[in-house]
Formats: sequence, structure tokens, C-alpha cells
Amino acid sequence: MTSLLTLDGLCKAYGAVKVADELSYDVTTGDALGVIGPNGAGKTSMFNLITGTVSPDSGTVTFAGQNVTGWSAAKRSHFGIARSFQVPQPFSNMTVFENAMVAATQSAGLYGREAEALCLDVLEKTELLSKANTPAGGLTLLGRKRLELTRALCAKPKLLLLDEIAGGLTEGECQSLVQTIKDIHASGVTIIWIEHVVHALLAVVDRLIVIDFGRKIAEGEPKAIMESPEVKEIYLGIEADA
Amino acid sequence: MEWLNAVVQGTLLGGLYALFAAGLSLIFGIMRLVNIAHGDLIVLGAYLGLVVTTSTGLHPLLALAFVVPAMALIGYALQRGLLNQTLGDDLLPPLLVTFGLSVILQNGLLEVFTADPQKISAGALETASISAGGLSLGILPVLTFAIAIAVIWGLQWTFYHTALGRAFRAVSDNQDIAQLMGLNRRHIFGLAMALALGVTAIAGVLLGIRTSFDPSIGSGRLIFGFEAVIIGGLGNLWGTLVGGVILGVAQTIGAKFDPGWQILAGHVAFLVILAIRPNGLFPRVSA
Repeated sequence: MTSLLTLDGLCKAYGAVKVADELSYDVTTGDALGVIGPNGAGKTSMFNLITGTVSPDSGTVTFAGQNVTGWSAAKRSHFGIARSFQVPQPFSNMTVFENAMVAATQSAGLYGREAEALCLDVLEKTELLSKANTPAGGLTLLGRKRLELTRALCAKPKLLLLDEIAGGLTEGECQSLVQTIKDIHASGVTIIWIEHVVHALLAVVDRLIVIDFGRKIAEGEPKAIMESPEVKEIYLGIEADA
Repeated sequence: MEWLNAVVQGTLLGGLYALFAAGLSLIFGIMRLVNIAHGDLIVLGAYLGLVVTTSTGLHPLLALAFVVPAMALIGYALQRGLLNQTLGDDLLPPLLVTFGLSVILQNGLLEVFTADPQKISAGALETASISAGGLSLGILPVLTFAIAIAVIWGLQWTFYHTALGRAFRAVSDNQDIAQLMGLNRRHIFGLAMALALGVTAIAGVLLGIRTSFDPSIGSGRLIFGFEAVIIGGLGNLWGTLVGGVILGVAQTIGAKFDPGWQILAGHVAFLVILAIRPNGLFPRVSA
């Protein structure tokens, strides 16, 4: 298998706060990589660096064999990187279907019928087909999370970045969403998933990395990582805060 | 009958005002840019129409085939080359830059075309009229009104039924997310300005056929455009047409009382509506 995404020595600081500190790892095509770490560890910043909304102070992002570090977010999107947001950000004055169509026509570059067919197909997978003509602003939280996923998938991504997509959902909602994500992964999409709902994450990913203060502090097989002392300390800390 | 006539003439005049306003509304709706130079761009459109008709002998309506693409190109270049750099969280830079642009355009036109009033000659179209129900309707105002409806219908259709329209709405809704969906904001804004100046070209040529113009009249057209947009409610193009009609009718009725009251009556109607409905008559309901 070839490497799809490589982060090499990424650094980004806002003043004295380092959100990425010599961050390096490699994601192989077909991988499902889980990312955990405490709040403010730099997980979402890492996604911003991968999608290109933020440029690094140093280091490189290589995607599908190309150094994309200097590329705009729009160009990276055309090249196959899509993401969902922790706080869903739909185009709220547009319908669910129109939201999907923006991704299909602009990001995936499809036209007319082909774009519509892709959107309908994805909306069925993400169980939003019945809401296709609803204004996106009127969706429930689960609906908005599903729309995040829908838009990302309508971009026909090679790499799908999920940012706490299971957060805030009920157990039942979470399980159905996990099943959808499993299916997406099974269809061949490479996934990087940031999540605090660990059992959801572990149901899908085959590798975990742990990030704290912008540094990767552990990487490996999920079970082993969750058992490691560093992670226990971090997560006990989180438990205590919550 | 005289009053009915004033209302009908005012309604038709409203079509021209709606055309002044449509480009303004489009630009503000998509990129939150208040274009102070809009009136001068209308005048630029009129002068381009004049140049094309006098140099080729084409009828001004056929000259639109050249003026509209030319203005659209100018719009795209202006947006990518200048205005995109001014956009951000602060509304002030684009306001100041377009104000400067307005001064430059006015003086540039003055330099090239002098301050002499000009008019685009449209032959028989200027004076032709039809009678309907005892009223005499000028073909040109009727045509202008029909064009205004067609333009607004076309813009609405573009907005809601095309990929470009979805791109406009997506960028207007959330620029950052739109970028992640593969939309190049700068290019989309360029296309929006091209579309807006295409409409402005139509407005300019029709203005130039209707009345004489000189480089200084832009600011007046800007005010009419603004008033029509605000009366109708921001972000609602059909509302803009209604706004234009209200403004036009107020002016013709004002002129009926006293010719000197024409412009004043329009402004008074605007102020009254602003006092009663600060968001305009049909503001776009945001979710």
C-alpha cells in the first residue's frame, strides 16, 4: 500500500501557544486512523493544517505524492481532501440537497445529472434522503452532523477528516452514525477521525495516535494505546474535568 | 386619469431604478461589499454604449451585445485586481476604495468625454408610443420595464437553479466552508462582479437612451439604486423591483404636485418606509 498523507515536522504556533510541534506521521491508503488527546491539544489545528485553511510555520504536508503545503484549501479540496466540522457549519439558507450539490459540483467537479446522482446516492447512505429539500438551518444536531458527512462525501474524497462527529449524540444516534462511517471506510475511503467518544472510535479505526500540546506522544494499535500510562493519565484528567 | 397616468409612468420608471439597483443588491448580497462607485459604473456603461453606437452605427439595443461583455470583463478584472484585496471583516476598506474609484471614474470620464451632456440616439424608439386604455405609453419605458423583469427573473433563476448560483449562495453563507468545498472565493467574487456590471451595462445604456447624461450624474443614480434596494429589503431581488417602482411612482406623483418636488418626493417616500420598516418591505428571512 502506498502512503496517501504524510505530515513531516509540522510546526504552528500562535504566540507562545504551540498547536503543532514537530508533528509527523504517515497515513496509508485505506487506513482508518483515530486521533485522541485532551481539549486544546491541537487536534483541530492539525486538520486545519491538512486542509489548508492554516499554513504551517514550518514542515510539509504531502498528499497523494504531491507536496501540497503551499496549496489553497480550495485546490486541496479538488485534489481529494474533505472534512467535517465539530460544530456543524451547513450553508443554512440552502436546502440539504443544495448543500450536497455544492460539494459535488465544486469540489468533485461533477456536472448536472452525474452530480445529482452522486448526491442522492450519498444522501441515502447518510440517511438524509427524506430531508433533502429541508433548509439545512432547520436540521436537528444529528441531521447537521449527517449533513457534514454528506457534504464531505459528495466531494468524492480520497481522504476524509472527521472532527468529533459523534460528540453530543445519544447512544442510539451514535451507533447508527458509526455504522455509516464503517460502511464509508469499507468502500475504500481513507479516514482520519478525531473523537472523544472512544468506543465509537475504536469500532472503526485500526490505528490510534495521541496528541498533546501539538506533539504526537503515542502511536500504535488502538488497544495497546488505550492501555498505555500516558493515555490513562490524559483521559483520567479529562474524566476528572468532566 | 392624470393621476393614473402618473402612477403608470412612475411604475415604468421604477423598472429603470430596479436595473440601477440589481447590481448593487447582487454585490452586497454575495460579498457584503457596498459599492459606492456603482452609479459611476452605470454612467461608464452609458458612455461605452455611446462609443459603440457612434463608432459602429449600431442600434443601442444591439450595442448591448458589446457593452455587456465589456462591462462584465471590467467587473471581473476590477474585482480580482482591486476589490478582493479590500474585503475582510471590516466594511470600511471597500467603502473607501470604491469611493476613490468613483472619483477616479468621474474624472476619467470628464477627461475623455468632457462635461458636455451626451445622449445615445435610438431613432424612432425614443419617441414611439402605444395607447392603452386612454394612456399613452412610451415604448422605451415599457421595454425598460420588461427588461428589468427579465433581468431579475434571470438573476433569480441563476441563483436558485444553477451551479454558479449555488456557489454564490454558498460563498455568501459561509466563505470559509465554501473554500473547503473547493470554491475559489476570489474567482466567485469576480464572476459576481462581472454579472453585476453586465446588468449595470444594460441599466447604463437604457439610461443613456432615456435622458442626457454627463460624467457627474453617477452619484444621483447610486442614491436611487440604494433607495430601491433598501425599500425592497436587502437580498431580495423582486423586492428591489418593488422598491424601484415605489420610488418611481413617488417621484412622478411628486412631480404632479410641483415639478420641483419630483426627486424630493422619492426621498421622502424612502424615509417614510425606512421609518416604518427599517429592514425594508420584504427582507430576506434568514434561518
